[in-house]
Amino acid sequence: MAKSVTFSVFRYDPEQGRKPHYTDYQVDIERPGMMVLDGLNQIRWRQDGTLAYRRSCREGVCGSDGINVNGVNMLSCITHIEDLKDPIVVQPLPSMPVIKDLVVDLTDFYEKFYLVKPYLITKGPPPSDRERLQTPEQRKLLDGLYECILCACCTTSCPSYWADPEYLGPSALLNAWRFIVDSRDDGADERLEIINNRNGAWRCHTILNCVEACPKLLNPTEAIGQIKKTIVQRKF
Amino acid sequence: MANIDVTIHKHDVLIVGAGGAGLRAALEASRQVNTAVISQVYPTRSHTVSAQGGIAASLGNVEPDNWLWHMFDTVKGSDYLGDQDAIEFLCRTAPEVVIELEHMGLPFSRIEGGTIFQRRFGGHTKDYGKEAVCRACAAADRTGHTLLHTLFEQCIKNGVAFYNEFFALEILKNEDHVVGVLAWDIVHGGFHIFHSKATMFATGGYTRVYRTTSNAHINTGDGLSLTLRAGLCVEDLEFVQFHPTGIYGAGNLITEGVRGEGGYLLNKNGDRFMKTYAPTVWDLASRDVVSRAMAEEMRHGRGCGEKGDFMLLKLDHLGADLIHERLPGIWDLAHVFAHVDCTKEPIPVTPTAHYSMGGIPTNRFAEVVIGSMDQPEQPVKGFYAAGESACASVHGANRLGCNSLLDIVVFGREGGRKMAAFAASLGEYVPLPDQAGAMGTAEVKNLLATTGKERMDSIWEVLRDTMEKNCGVFRTEETLTAQKQIVEQLCRRFKTVAIDDKSMTYNLDLLETLELGHMLDFSRAIVDGALARQESRGGHYRDDYPKRDDVTWHKHSLAYQEPDGSIRLDYKPVRMKPLTVPTFPPKERVY
Ligand SMILES: Cc1cc2nc3c(=O)[nH]c(=O)nc-3n(C[C@H](O)[C@H](O)[C@H](O)COP(=O)(O)OP(=O)(O)OC[C@H]3O[C@@H](n4cnc5c(N)ncnc54)[C@H](O)[C@@H]3O)c2cc1C
Ligand code: SF4
Ligand code: SF4
Ligand code: FES
Repeated sequence: MAKSVTFSVFRYDPEQGRKPHYTDYQVDIERPGMMVLDGLNQIRWRQDGTLAYRRSCREGVCGSDGINVNGVNMLSCITHIEDLKDPIVVQPLPSMPVIKDLVVDLTDFYEKFYLVKPYLITKGPPPSDRERLQTPEQRKLLDGLYECILCACCTTSCPSYWADPEYLGPSALLNAWRFIVDSRDDGADERLEIINNRNGAWRCHTILNCVEACPKLLNPTEAIGQIKKTIVQRKF
Repeated sequence: MANIDVTIHKHDVLIVGAGGAGLRAALEASRQVNTAVISQVYPTRSHTVSAQGGIAASLGNVEPDNWLWHMFDTVKGSDYLGDQDAIEFLCRTAPEVVIELEHMGLPFSRIEGGTIFQRRFGGHTKDYGKEAVCRACAAADRTGHTLLHTLFEQCIKNGVAFYNEFFALEILKNEDHVVGVLAWDIVHGGFHIFHSKATMFATGGYTRVYRTTSNAHINTGDGLSLTLRAGLCVEDLEFVQFHPTGIYGAGNLITEGVRGEGGYLLNKNGDRFMKTYAPTVWDLASRDVVSRAMAEEMRHGRGCGEKGDFMLLKLDHLGADLIHERLPGIWDLAHVFAHVDCTKEPIPVTPTAHYSMGGIPTNRFAEVVIGSMDQPEQPVKGFYAAGESACASVHGANRLGCNSLLDIVVFGREGGRKMAAFAASLGEYVPLPDQAGAMGTAEVKNLLATTGKERMDSIWEVLRDTMEKNCGVFRTEETLTAQKQIVEQLCRRFKTVAIDDKSMTYNLDLLETLELGHMLDFSRAIVDGALARQESRGGHYRDDYPKRDDVTWHKHSLAYQEPDGSIRLDYKPVRMKPLTVPTFPPKERVY
């Protein structure tokens, strides 16, 4: 393995007059299994403290550190440096306003999430002294949906979202479907009504970028397909 | 230094921290009063998201269970340092709060019949220690993720005000009344004063001071040092939990649920060594017991690998189906961080710094309290704490697995209720003090103005390496005395630390340097507490005092910060009287 690799990092600081540009850094490979996040930390701690990015859990479960590496959206903390082509080009998630360096403004991404009412909606009261019952088979329908970490890797890779910022995007739609298929939920009608407009499910042209981008191996396209099918069946 | 704007906000209730504890409190308080949450990260990035194995409650879905057995296990697990009124409250309330989470939509795994799935976990037993019991309510091995997301969803529904990516800098006090917090807007820069009637700290744990840790980058214990700097005390900081199964070389956690499902540990001879250390429950003994057994095996040359510095966690015999169904996250972690397919081969593991038993002292209402050996505990007006940053103390000297997610929900909810009632009773806001936030604004402005070569990482690196070596699983007078000097020296070096980034926008350099200042401050309390405590109890193991000493040391440590940054220790009694049942008196702890 090479002793060091080049990180070519997108830099932008709104307080400096400079245009966005790329700066090259040499990252030492100190041990096997180093992640892109370890490389960014090394740069900031030893070479250039001005570099900004987000991170928290460093194990792929919190969704803080979606970035674009060599053209593909991924989480820096679970991406092995040794699996990447040198030089490693590191950019913020595409199509979002850049706050600084690798930090983007996710306000719109969250707004879309809130729009689909991502919480359990029930009409009747729950049983007074025990849980609502749900069979293992009903619960299984949530697998592949509830694991979403809201990292925005999918939505920011979606050409339909790039073209139309009003589009809800794959993440919000996947999260809507997570509740619609929950046997405990009574909010399907409200949600489908929100989704059944030109900026909702019908904006998806099944280009599948989102599936490739999802670091949790979820399948938003499939969820969107199910939503479309359900809407058609219900004849909204 | 240029002027930096100060913006003032007013909310009846202010919560610092958007992990499980903060969000549960916010949900409760927001039903009654105007409530805001500030968090250094977007709520779902909080560390609660990483919790894997489950949340403890004696639902008895799989086999008979009883809250009193749960209480006994928790008291015993705490090595009798836990406060028994708070522990009774925790265990009795557990079934109710877990059911409530299900009603909110948490996607628990299910068993036939449709009730919540429960698995075995370390230290949880039936009939006062007879054998392991299924008490951990789980959503596969992503329980924390589902818990945090569910609470966040409910907070959105309830219209809680969130100030995301705001960093708390100082507790604001008017005489003895906590009246809010000064914070830094991470995204845009700038100071914000949050003026409140009731303020809660739910700022999480402090194990980032150790090199090998299961914790997120942001778990730097800021809440503790902010409390110390406000002239208040922190409790039992020397009790740090080392979880037995961190991935070798990386520290990331492999849940105890793996052993709950039937996995076990092996030494280099292929022996299940836990049978000698815990003859009844073997691999499902309390974490302090298992971690020490592993360290003991390695000391005696029975560790694996060239350096003999790890053990093996075997689970392939559980079968690929069960692993993919109930432990999918573990499969991922082992694959990504250890390059191991755990359906075929064992995972190399070592103890990893995992949980902070110590914290801001509270009573069972999540009210921050101050007391001493002869002064009964008194609440600090307007100040509350819950979750890993608090010390209620339900975990005493060692926390049982799955009791922390329970703790954050039980005391988050209770604190939310108490704050709402207190805020409603207060009428007017207690005014801000003169010069509110002068200390915190000066801290930031000074760092932004620094020039020099000393960088935070070179200090932090020494801190985390030496804390692990000198104040880790095993401790002695000699290592702790050395560590005390090292930390003092690092504090001196920190005075000349400089940052590269002088900008207002998303200044991570500034944040990490502020966090290092926090870690240095409370590390002194960890080390001093450990040095003074000449006994072994739970997570605190002194090679030179290997026995528990109930005559002298059956008491909580309290640490105060002196003006020069040094620590003054004090103590207070353990609350031994439960609410309705007889006391569980200290006994020898065998598993
Ligand atoms: C890998 C792992 C697995 C675990 N598994 C389990 C399990 O199975 N069962 C169990 O019971 N427990 C488990 N635990 C423990 C449990 O997850 C934690 O103890 C618990 O989630 C802590 O929750 P909290 O709300 O107190 O803090 P956290 O979730 O850590 O939240 C802290 C909050 O404080 C904020 N904050 C901190 N400092 C500042 C500041 N200066 N300014 C502004 N905001 C700030 C952060 O942004 C964050 O929102 C596990 C822990 C780990 C590490
Ligand atoms: S499949 Fe649909 S949502 Fe996914 S990237 Fe393509 S257009 Fe976007
Ligand atoms: S669906 Fe996948 S890529 Fe999209 S936000 Fe969720 S976890 Fe991230
Ligand atoms: S830091 Fe949490 S997902 Fe990467």
